[in-house]
Amino acid sequence: MKKSSMLDLFVLVVRRDLILAMRRRADVLTTLIFFVMVVSLFPLGVGPEMGMLRKMAPGVLWVAALLASMLSLVRLFSADYVDGTLEQMMLAPQSLSMLVLGKMVAHWMVSGLPLVLMAPVLGLQFDMSNQALAVLIIGLLLGTPILSMVGAIGAALTLGLRGGGVLLSLLVLPLCIPVLIFGTGAVEAVSTAMSVTPHLSLLGALLLLALVFTPWVTAQALRISME
Amino acid sequence: MAINWFKYSAPSTFYGLAGKAIPWFSISSAILFAVGLYIGFFVAPTDAQQSEAYRIIFIHVPASILSMFIYLVMAGYAALGLIFNTRLSSMMASALAPTGALFALISLWTGALWGKPMWGAWWVWDARLTSELILLFLYLGYIALHASIDDPRRADRASAVLAIIGSVNVPIIYFSVKWWNTLHQGATIKFTGTSMHVAMQQAMFTVLVACWLYAVAVSLARVRSIILERERNTQWVSELPEAKL
Repeated sequence: MKKSSMLDLFVLVVRRDLILAMRRRADVLTTLIFFVMVVSLFPLGVGPEMGMLRKMAPGVLWVAALLASMLSLVRLFSADYVDGTLEQMMLAPQSLSMLVLGKMVAHWMVSGLPLVLMAPVLGLQFDMSNQALAVLIIGLLLGTPILSMVGAIGAALTLGLRGGGVLLSLLVLPLCIPVLIFGTGAVEAVSTAMSVTPHLSLLGALLLLALVFTPWVTAQALRISME
Repeated sequence: MAINWFKYSAPSTFYGLAGKAIPWFSISSAILFAVGLYIGFFVAPTDAQQSEAYRIIFIHVPASILSMFIYLVMAGYAALGLIFNTRLSSMMASALAPTGALFALISLWTGALWGKPMWGAWWVWDARLTSELILLFLYLGYIALHASIDDPRRADRASAVLAIIGSVNVPIIYFSVKWWNTLHQGATIKFTGTSMHVAMQQAMFTVLVACWLYAVAVSLARVRSIILERERNTQWVSELPEAKL
């Protein structure tokens, strides 16, 4: 009974946040367009030489994904905070961690998944090989949920503060550096004919760690911010 | 006789104790700095490979060690404050942050000064340098978060969560040499003896202790200001001789 009610709560929160996101489609699209734009700016900034662009591609795509997910993180709790929904959620008898996990998953499906799906198209602009593209997508699939989950802690800590967006990036970006290192490392391993599994395994390990700890930490951070 | 361990966990009693302790820590720090730097610059022999330029390690290494150590101490105090709700622990955590950030900056700066003659570049994207830079970012994030929350209680607790999460980064710095194994030289001081000259070791450890004493003195002075600022409306502050001027 208890188990199924936890799962019900999770599904309910995910569905609610997805419906809300679909009603405000512009927000989702803005993040995606920002991602595409930042990536497209790099060739304009450093020149159209294909050899160099191919080398830079994984880093550029990963950094752009990192920045794009920072943009959407500000909205993770703020709308619910402003209209009082978050307070009601915290008063609910169910586990706040589970609820937070639901919001993280919904946030990833709305802001992370579109980036993952868009990345191969942008990778082609940078003349990446098929194998490198495949590894890039696997890396992004493993890595972008971590960004949403670690970012949620920052979003909870900076809830309702002035200048919250910039502060959020300042707090979260340093914590996301390992994800960036392993994500780009995997793609670079393809080009140097090395094994990609260590990088992807480490990303997977980080994902599992984040999955276990971040919902609980975020719930504690929300309690601190809502006092 | 039962000792009351918690006597000095009250800001009002700790304020006086800190005031008495500061001169001892600062004077001994100054003496040890003078001794350590004298040994480092005049007694220690010239290095066979790096000639005179290596002498910057007498500042660089203690600063790097302390930048990491202070972060752990800060996270420890923050955790204490978060778990047991002790006001003084949170004040200590926020008093340590600027000193830690300063040591991280000194470590990066002296590293760059050493890197130019040795590696031929001010900066290389080596794992250790990068991790130290990330540590500086973590300090700055902590200070920024603490500064942007007006309610001191929420500021303490929110930045405590951040400090604890960030402390995961400190072991990564330490193990980064083994993990990525790049340009930065491996550890010279090992538990199984060392390849360093005795005078070099003496100088380095003396400066390390001096830096530590300095950090204690400065953060005690800072925590006294924080105590005064937060408790300015209480009776005991208004009875202080310095408040009556």
